[in-house]
Amino acid sequence: MLATLLLVFREVLEAALVVGIVAAATRGVASRARWIGSGIALGITGAVVVAICAGWIADALGGSGQEWFNATVLLAAVAMIGWHVVWMSKHGRELAMQMQAVGRDVTSGARPMTALMAVVAIAVLREGSEVVLFGYGLFASGSSLPSMAFGALFGLMLGIGLGVAMYVGLLKIPVRYFFGATNGLLVLLAAGMAANAALFLVQADVLRKWTEPLWNTDWLLSEDSSFGKALHVLTGYTSQPSGMQLLFYVATLALLIVGMRLVSAAAAPKQIPMQPPVAT
Amino acid sequence: MLRIVLSALLALAPLAANAADVPEYTLTIKDHRFIPAELTIPANTKVKLIVVNQDATPEEFESHELNREKVVTGNASINVYVGPLKAGRYPYFGDFHQETAQGVLIAR
Repeated sequence: MLATLLLVFREVLEAALVVGIVAAATRGVASRARWIGSGIALGITGAVVVAICAGWIADALGGSGQEWFNATVLLAAVAMIGWHVVWMSKHGRELAMQMQAVGRDVTSGARPMTALMAVVAIAVLREGSEVVLFGYGLFASGSSLPSMAFGALFGLMLGIGLGVAMYVGLLKIPVRYFFGATNGLLVLLAAGMAANAALFLVQADVLRKWTEPLWNTDWLLSEDSSFGKALHVLTGYTSQPSGMQLLFYVATLALLIVGMRLVSAAAAPKQIPMQPPVAT
Repeated sequence: MLRIVLSALLALAPLAANAADVPEYTLTIKDHRFIPAELTIPANTKVKLIVVNQDATPEEFESHELNREKVVTGNASINVYVGPLKAGRYPYFGDFHQETAQGVLIAR
């Protein structure tokens, strides 16, 4: 039961943290529950499909199907986050002002909610498919069903609990800084995902340069620890990053930050010059 | 955005070199254990690990030290490229059965 609990907890935690950040980032959007709910539902459906097709995916593309699949969905999520944060850097200020003014939810307008729905779906799909495979294995090997179900349930609740805690914590950030903070978290999330995608492309022997670890901070913080795991999800922390991972990480950070700056500069309110009173 | 990501990937394409001869090593999973539990490979050389799962249940080959994770379904096998590695010990485990599925890759 403990093994089930721990595994389900770790996988759920990754997805729950992503959902927590997205839920916070969409604060003020009236229809967000529907969007996020759809993302989770899509992700769970996808997870089951991916788990069923796991053998086929693994054999595809000369045995590198799994890596290509993971790298592709991760980079898709990076692109979706990029779209959203760039959009927010243009409209975030007015959204925050609107929220402060009316003190309630505002409509989503043209906000790219589909992008965030896709991010939620991808996070749930990736982690969920492992839970499904693991659960199937336990089931097939004749583990006692009730103790397995209890373990899974506790693990699920613990993971979701931490996701909710993350969300509640983020909501405590004052509205003025709120979208800046959630945007920043989304950018780090995207950079981490890009680095993870690089890892899969290295593993598949697609990218062959700069594959050696640059340093090892395992003594400081192990990725096995829960904190290390959480930091891995949130910021892409990895104790032994390769040069290629670092390149993907930094490139994503740079791309998104420059994109946000450019868009936000273009959207900055124009200074209206003071008109001298016209004598008549 | 997608276009930028794609062009970034294309820019990286020259970094993906052509296929070369890579020595192969086989790791077998049976009864949720790795056989052999200690596998020695040459240091400073890229190798291809063939992980054969003889159990009916899925497993995930994973190693933080090697920065690798890959699912292998029941009665199937996967390829995992590792290295070139500095001489040393690189533990790996089966994520779905961590109590028993433990092993070490030794590069020397």
